[in-house]
Amino acid sequence: MAHSTVGVIFSNVHDENIPELSRHRTMASVPFGGRYRLIDFALSNMVNSGITTVGIVTKNNYQSLIDHLGSGKEWDLARKDGGIILLPPYSDETDKPYTTRLEALMSITGFLNHRKEDYVVISDCDGIAHIDIADIVRFHEEKGADITMVYHEEKIPCESSYFITLEPDRRSGRVKGLKINPGDLRKGKKYDLYVNIMVMSREFLVDTIRDAVTRGFSSFGRDILTKNVDTLKIYGYNFKGYYAGVNSMEDYYRHSMELLDRKVRDELFGERDIYTKVRDSAPSKYLEGAVVRNTLVSDGCEIEGTVENCILFRGVKVGKGSVIRNSVIMQDTVIGENVSLDCVITDKNVVIRDRRTLAGCAELPYFISKGRML
Amino acid sequence: MLRKKECVAMLLAGGQGSRLYALTNNIAKPAVAFGAKYRIIDFPLSNCINSGIDTVGVLTQYEPLELNEYIGNGQPWDLDRAFGGVHILSPYQAKKKQSWFEGTANAIYQNMHFMKKYNPDYILILSGDHIYKMNYAKMLRAHKETGADCTIAAIEVPLSEASRFGILNTNPDGSIYQFEEKPKAPKSNLASMGIYIFTAKKLFKYLEEDDANPASSKDFGKDVLPAMLNAGEKMFSYRFHGYWKDVGTISSLWESNMDLLGRDPGFDVGDHDWKIHSRNPLAPPEYLGPTAVIDNSMIALGCEVEGTVEHSVLASNVVVEEGAVVRDAVLMAGTVVKRGAIVEYCVIDENVIIEEGAHVGEPKEAGAGIAVLGRNITIAAGAKVKGGVILDKDYKGE
Repeated sequence: MAHSTVGVIFSNVHDENIPELSRHRTMASVPFGGRYRLIDFALSNMVNSGITTVGIVTKNNYQSLIDHLGSGKEWDLARKDGGIILLPPYSDETDKPYTTRLEALMSITGFLNHRKEDYVVISDCDGIAHIDIADIVRFHEEKGADITMVYHEEKIPCESSYFITLEPDRRSGRVKGLKINPGDLRKGKKYDLYVNIMVMSREFLVDTIRDAVTRGFSSFGRDILTKNVDTLKIYGYNFKGYYAGVNSMEDYYRHSMELLDRKVRDELFGERDIYTKVRDSAPSKYLEGAVVRNTLVSDGCEIEGTVENCILFRGVKVGKGSVIRNSVIMQDTVIGENVSLDCVITDKNVVIRDRRTLAGCAELPYFISKGRML
Repeated sequence: MLRKKECVAMLLAGGQGSRLYALTNNIAKPAVAFGAKYRIIDFPLSNCINSGIDTVGVLTQYEPLELNEYIGNGQPWDLDRAFGGVHILSPYQAKKKQSWFEGTANAIYQNMHFMKKYNPDYILILSGDHIYKMNYAKMLRAHKETGADCTIAAIEVPLSEASRFGILNTNPDGSIYQFEEKPKAPKSNLASMGIYIFTAKKLFKYLEEDDANPASSKDFGKDVLPAMLNAGEKMFSYRFHGYWKDVGTISSLWESNMDLLGRDPGFDVGDHDWKIHSRNPLAPPEYLGPTAVIDNSMIALGCEVEGTVEHSVLASNVVVEEGAVVRDAVLMAGTVVKRGAIVEYCVIDENVIIEEGAHVGEPKEAGAGIAVLGRNITIAAGAKVKGGVILDKDYKGE
């Protein structure tokens, strides 16, 4: 990378998209893909692009995130200078902790001021993709942009979610219009959706925040982006690869199942590493009588039953005679004997006793919360 | 206060492991892959940290590069410590000494300065050849209780095999009155496991005497232990009950891998109370495709299985294509078994490519023995590799 870049990851925004999974954790630490947390994709994209300092903005329930990140060594981010820097909410006697992205950015100006890097990449944790951040920064430099926003052309999966749509000039990439949560989106129609990754120079970001403070702005989107779309040089970077945005439980389920497609796996995991916390589990064991088809299995599992079209996280046990289909089974879930599950998502440490039958459907998978015993 | 460690472990990892043939062409035996994600050295290292011993010297000599890289700073075993931790001890040149380690005792002798730095009361000597879970802290407690100068871990072996081991002849209280190295007519079936705890001062004394003795072969079993016994030092056996396997031969390596399989395995690597730590591969979860058939096997992260896998151990990133059959096999990381190929009763090292329709090995019942393929080779499409054959070069068939 010609110029250095510092990363900022928002761990809490979009929690409301999947309240079931983010009740006890940040969006960043929502489990995904068998052995990952959502933040692993954002962090790995940064690390694989040569970024060595990442500030992680937290707000609520970030214990699980701290536990996951540890010293940052699994991401090669246990560094003397930089590495992973947790940015917990800051408030003084008069102010409450932040409620908007802009307020959060205001509260981390200390961090931003102390860094030396030329650019800042800001990313949320609601997307699963293999994105070369260095290429976005290169694009940003070439265009001489003030702000580069990454977008992905896709059909929107649901009408109720919070989206930002861009209207970029196809040739130049210059963003001519920008709508925040527009009311006229139609399900199934293609839009240029902002994927919550943007690049700015550190200087521009710091100046913009300082200016916003003096003017009493509170929303980065409404007060800075939409108001200045004509005057600021906002560019759209068209990301053409696989992008999975998690806007709802339905999305979460659908994108989980997409991992069973080799093309998706090759794109996400093929050419580079996705780093995650190491648990030192034993390799998975398939016992006599096990039938496992079209399924992703993480380490530490023990399977004696039938498993089809599933994502199994670490340490899952499936007992004899059980049939598990189209389900996402999270870490250390224990499924007894002769259980039948179809379209079920179990959170961590769920116990399903012998002979239980549970089923949801693809649009509404049956969710079992963390630690439940059935 | 003087900083010290009560017990320092010294792990002998210099062996070539020549009976593993093609598997140790370029790596030391302790670095040989085992159990889908481990290497042999993970077991003594995990035993150390789980026993509360956080200072380990690893003595390397034969092909040390891969082993050194694997151990790195010791972080995967929690052995990256400000004081202590794991250290690679390679032979070196000095003004007044030879370079290579000449025997097990000489290897330890040459690293006396390393041990003395920690001012230890006890030295634990380990080898990097065995698969087992053992609490060395219990053995150390026994060593202190008996007031021994040397305690040797011992396990009962079938009498018919006893002549392959160092045999301990003991009194009812466990004290050793005779030590026989690979006796032709063993008097007992109590075998030394090659795990010794010495009271540090005694060890240093005998190592110095051994080094000064030109007639000595500088080996623990042949020289140091008999010398201590002859001099009337207190030597005790420490009985170990449990799984312990020397994986120094192809057949024992194969068997030990197979011992991991099943609901009640001979050896459980998934024991949460005694975790086996290792350097983990960076790989996504394994994928079993719509045509996969799997029975009684262990499969590591990153594998892609579309074919049939029975009674086998597959390390990370192994690919078994549709229509391929893997049976009674140990496949190390990155090996690819292409469409229609059959791989049976064999041990295949890393990154081997078995082309379409090739056939490696023969059924176990055929009695031809275990086929062995060394790393990074290709078996051509349709080629047949007979049972018991060892290959370390590309093979195009006869």
